[in-house]
Amino acid sequence: MKPGFLAKNPSVMWFLLILAIFTLGVTFLSHAYGPGVISTSMVKTLGKTLCLCLIAIAMDLVWGYTGILSLGHFAFFGLGGYMIGMWLMYERTRDIVLSSAGSFPMTPQEVNDAIGTQIFGVVGGSELPAIWTFAGNLPMQLLFVVLVPGLLALIFGWLAFRSRVTGVYLSILTQAMTLALSLYLFQNESGLRGNNGLSGLQNIPGVSAGQDQLSVWFLWASAVALGLGYIAAAFIVSGKFGSVIRGIRDDEARVRFLGYSVEGYKLFVFTLTAVIAAIAGALYYPQAGIINPGEMAPIASIYLAVWVAIGGRGRLYGAVMGAAFVSIVSSWFTGGRVPDIPLGFYTIQWVDWWQVLLGLAFVLVTLLAPKGLSGIVDLLEGIRSPDRHGDPLGPDQGSLQQKEAQE
Amino acid sequence: MSDHVIGAQPGNAQLEVSGISVTFDGFRAINNLSFAIGPAELRAVIGPNGAGKTTFMDIVTGKTRPDEGRVLWGETHQNLLKMNEAQIARAGIGRKFQKPTVFEDQSVTDNLMMALKANRSPFSVLVWKAGAKDRARVEEIAAQVGLADQLPRKAGELSHGQKQWLEIGMLLAQEPRLLLVDEPAAGMTLAEREQTTALLVDLAKTRAVVVVEHDMEFVRRLNCKVTVLHEGSVLAEGTLDHVTADQRVIEVYLGR
Amino acid sequence: MRKFLIALGILLALALPGQAQETGTTAPQSETAQAELTGLAAVLAEYSKEIAKPSRRTIGPVIAAIASSGEGASRFLQAYADKGVGQRESDGAFFIIQKKGSDYELSDPVTGAPAGTAPKSDIKEIKPNSGVRAEIGAALVRFLLSDPDPKKRREALTAIERDGEASHLDPLRASIPDEPDPAIKAEKERLERLLTIRFGKDAAERVAAIESFGSDLGLDFRATLNPLVATTRKAFAGAPEGNVAKPLRPGKDIPKDEAYAMLVAAKMAPERISASAMQQSLAANVVDGTVGGLPLAEMSDPAKREEAYATLAAAGTVPQRLTDAEADTLITDHQYADLYAEPDPAVTTAAEAALTRVGRTVAAMQTVDLGLDALSLASIYFLAAIGLAITFGVMGVINMAHGEFITMGAYTGYVVQLFVPDYTLSILIALPLAFAITFGAGVAMERLVIRWLYKRPLETLLATFGISIALQQLFKNIFGTQARPLTSPPWLDGAWTLNDVVSISYIRIAIFVLALVFLALYLWVMRRTRLGLEVRAVTQNPSMAASMGINPDRINMLAFGFGSGIAGIAGVAIGLFAKVTSEMGQDYIVQSFMTVVVGGVGSIFGTLAGAGLIGVLQKGIEWLNPSNTLAAQTYMILFIIIFIQFRPRGIIALKGRAAGD
Repeated sequence: MKPGFLAKNPSVMWFLLILAIFTLGVTFLSHAYGPGVISTSMVKTLGKTLCLCLIAIAMDLVWGYTGILSLGHFAFFGLGGYMIGMWLMYERTRDIVLSSAGSFPMTPQEVNDAIGTQIFGVVGGSELPAIWTFAGNLPMQLLFVVLVPGLLALIFGWLAFRSRVTGVYLSILTQAMTLALSLYLFQNESGLRGNNGLSGLQNIPGVSAGQDQLSVWFLWASAVALGLGYIAAAFIVSGKFGSVIRGIRDDEARVRFLGYSVEGYKLFVFTLTAVIAAIAGALYYPQAGIINPGEMAPIASIYLAVWVAIGGRGRLYGAVMGAAFVSIVSSWFTGGRVPDIPLGFYTIQWVDWWQVLLGLAFVLVTLLAPKGLSGIVDLLEGIRSPDRHGDPLGPDQGSLQQKEAQE
Repeated sequence: MSDHVIGAQPGNAQLEVSGISVTFDGFRAINNLSFAIGPAELRAVIGPNGAGKTTFMDIVTGKTRPDEGRVLWGETHQNLLKMNEAQIARAGIGRKFQKPTVFEDQSVTDNLMMALKANRSPFSVLVWKAGAKDRARVEEIAAQVGLADQLPRKAGELSHGQKQWLEIGMLLAQEPRLLLVDEPAAGMTLAEREQTTALLVDLAKTRAVVVVEHDMEFVRRLNCKVTVLHEGSVLAEGTLDHVTADQRVIEVYLGR
Repeated sequence: MRKFLIALGILLALALPGQAQETGTTAPQSETAQAELTGLAAVLAEYSKEIAKPSRRTIGPVIAAIASSGEGASRFLQAYADKGVGQRESDGAFFIIQKKGSDYELSDPVTGAPAGTAPKSDIKEIKPNSGVRAEIGAALVRFLLSDPDPKKRREALTAIERDGEASHLDPLRASIPDEPDPAIKAEKERLERLLTIRFGKDAAERVAAIESFGSDLGLDFRATLNPLVATTRKAFAGAPEGNVAKPLRPGKDIPKDEAYAMLVAAKMAPERISASAMQQSLAANVVDGTVGGLPLAEMSDPAKREEAYATLAAAGTVPQRLTDAEADTLITDHQYADLYAEPDPAVTTAAEAALTRVGRTVAAMQTVDLGLDALSLASIYFLAAIGLAITFGVMGVINMAHGEFITMGAYTGYVVQLFVPDYTLSILIALPLAFAITFGAGVAMERLVIRWLYKRPLETLLATFGISIALQQLFKNIFGTQARPLTSPPWLDGAWTLNDVVSISYIRIAIFVLALVFLALYLWVMRRTRLGLEVRAVTQNPSMAASMGINPDRINMLAFGFGSGIAGIAGVAIGLFAKVTSEMGQDYIVQSFMTVVVGGVGSIFGTLAGAGLIGVLQKGIEWLNPSNTLAAQTYMILFIIIFIQFRPRGIIALKGRAAGD
């Protein structure tokens, strides 16, 4: 089956090749394994970008292929980060507590209390909430990384899809879900340190290697996850399943009359992509070092849609290109590395004006180049859009536009 | 001719609709309608605009829920009103829309493969692979509807008539036991109409086929029992000659 | 020395003959002088001995005489009670005295006029005992309560209300029948009943006073009752004694630790060596890696720790420690209860019943108050959402930049106030100006972006989001990140107070009125004008409308502008009470969407219903969990998500372009 799959998806080979070259290149230019041309913080930025590419693939599956404009996938990303963050923070605090305890052994209760005080002192608490029961148990927390966001997506999706909420209604509903979740996490009562979030996640308990090495390891882990995610996504969209979900995107009523349970498929894709997003988050936040509920605000999820749109939706490499391009250019602009433009009467400082530029650029892409960056690929390969007198490819809100389609 | 027309006997009907009514915002679209069709029967449903033909099909396929009445299906008398569109489709009822609706972004092969009778659950679809048998079946259907040369093309690029044929092909691929066909001849050339007639008559030998049509000439060519709908209920039923002789039918069609 | 002082005193008296004459503070040396004395001076002269050496037994008539003596009486009594009266040794004259260094500053008891200073040795301070002081206090109260000046009487009432005592009760009662002012009389009667509750002579009287209030809402009534039903927690060796509010079972009503701590506090049980002290003792007694004969490594087990400690204690190395089981026995051997401070059970029962009664009324009033709060929140959401309802409902366009239009309106108000300092005038200018500016912005956005994306609502959503982030950053660049003031006119300050529980600020009333105005305006535009007719036509069937000569492009543009303009006005209104920052629109956008979606797309009454529902819901949840507005929002959104399950089209479902079919 393998050769057939790759032959049908030439982009997979190319993608894996580029990803491998990129990862190796960064590794041998890093501080830990090379001359140090690329700083450790840059390695982390690149590693984080790979995670963002992974969640962009998830977003592309759910929006580009299935037509559900979810404004909630960053919530799953954040939840994944929280789940792994709990283990990282608990274990690290445990190490600190044990090393500062002296030679007299502590009872498990004392250890727990000390950890509780350490972690929750900042929000005026001292007890570990019930949700931290398994925080010391890595396999359990890893399971939670996929289980908690997956379950949330399953329940929410089941509620939303069974009542046939579609289009912008669904988008607003997902946005509301994200808002509810982030507001919930903002409370101290949520048991996840309120607006302080979890911090110190960059230190991996039980690993003595420095940040230089760790950053490269995480880069590799992110790259492997991205590669696997890409292959899995390509596998999903290339077969009959892909046909069905694209059918749902363009004309879900017709798919229903063919005997497919549209709700089941949407739920499947929604949950699956939530899990992918959560995995991406679980890899992202140890590199970021800190997670707080602000990261999960609805706006983050809209940005996610923006990346996919700028890359070009409905194709996997488009999503990856969009996420990588926007996040790298964004860190370039906001990092103050772009020279200011003096206009005589006013100086455009890109730190302040980058958002304006991004917003307007995004409007222009939506209006004029719905294919986004993928349009460049099409141009190189000579792929044109069909002439349909402006008709989209289906009656549904999420359907492809004429300009997005390939002839 | 008249012995060709055999109404479905109560009890052994493939589809039995009894006493359904439905109201939209105060407008009674279907009014105490009853209808039955046997397991291998061709039936034409005619009626003026607003007679409730499309609503009737919507009810049978699960798109619209009636306010009252029963819709029973098959030998086991399954209650279709408790099933959703996808379940009804899986139970063996296929529908062809008035306007051809195919997946324009996908190739003719993909369209047909999607329609091919197989397990529809997401997990089995995910791991499903087209075997030699499936490919052969798709080619066979494509040949049957005259699209053998068009298989790799995108459905969106086909002509209007070709899309109609593709949709009929998708219906065949579903292997339904009841076909609901909404104005199949619309936008077809004369030759295509003849071809369609032949196909429908042929299909009705092994399954139930309901054709909703405006065009009396086309209905005459089908040569089957005709049900006339008016204001949401059955006005007359019988051979075409029989119903066209009915005074009420003439009034409805010619105006009062 | 003394002689010299006496001489000085005489000299002084001679030097101020007029004053001496008038006030007549001289002691009864000369018969002629005494005859001339009137009022307080006379009383002082008459009871000189009793005043100088007061005793509880004899002071009664003296105080009565002073109290009825006229001018200066209250001043004198006050000073008398405060130990501020002195008698001159030389002539027995009384003065109101105040320490100044080693001397006394004297003032005349009748007029209060300064009367020079005198050395300490010359003046004998008069120190009435507490019994006498209480008598004086009562007299003082009676005196003040029947002061001819109503202001004084009120002051006295306020003082008693603040700090009532048992001794106030009688004078208060005595003063009621002669009270001329009906308002003050009512106040006195109320205060009398309050004091009766606290100090009434027997339970029957007090209970009757409590009952007489019914379910009175006054804070004073509750403040009187609350101390009566206040409880203290106590441990008993046997059955609880006193007015028991509630017996407490350790482990059920109170944690065992707390019960033990009570025992320790009552010296009924020895102080326990805490777990951490035990751990320290153990850590101090580690010998060759063992503690009390057990290996150090086993010390992570609490049971082993106790064992090791017991070994050490048996050896006398450390003090004995109660084991958990022993402590438990001690705890269960005692009884615990909450006791009322008030000893009389009849009174506490009546007080509890009255508080429950009052509580019910308060709850009812709070519901009214909550209703007003919810109404005002609903009108804010309605104002924020009405523009969205037009663009989303009528045109099927999701405008993510709607929040930024609200911000734009608020900033317009801010800028206008920079130029027009009069707050009333500036608001009157800002409202139409905000409408004009956001109308223009809306039309521009419709022309440049949205009209290319009709029938593509998801793309519209994203494109307007792009505009939203660009605008937000633009505001930040222009106005900075800190909040800008938008001050309301002075006549909107303050609140309309109905009673102790229900009140609503004028600004919220103004917003409510504004919401009504906009509802009326919307209905008028949609139902009575040509524009409204055309908008409805385009909404229902755009191609049909176009064929009848209506230009859908123009209608869409105007409708979008209208919706945006209302957002601008809403921005001015919201800016009056919320912080004006570049992100303020974001705070309202999701709720606005919720309002429109819950209410039902395409119907203004749906939006109204949606705003009402969300306002009531949010306030209701906040009431259930008042400490946490974040939680309230979370639960509200969850509720809405579930609500959509049952009414996917909203409360009022209409068919339109956005409705789906």
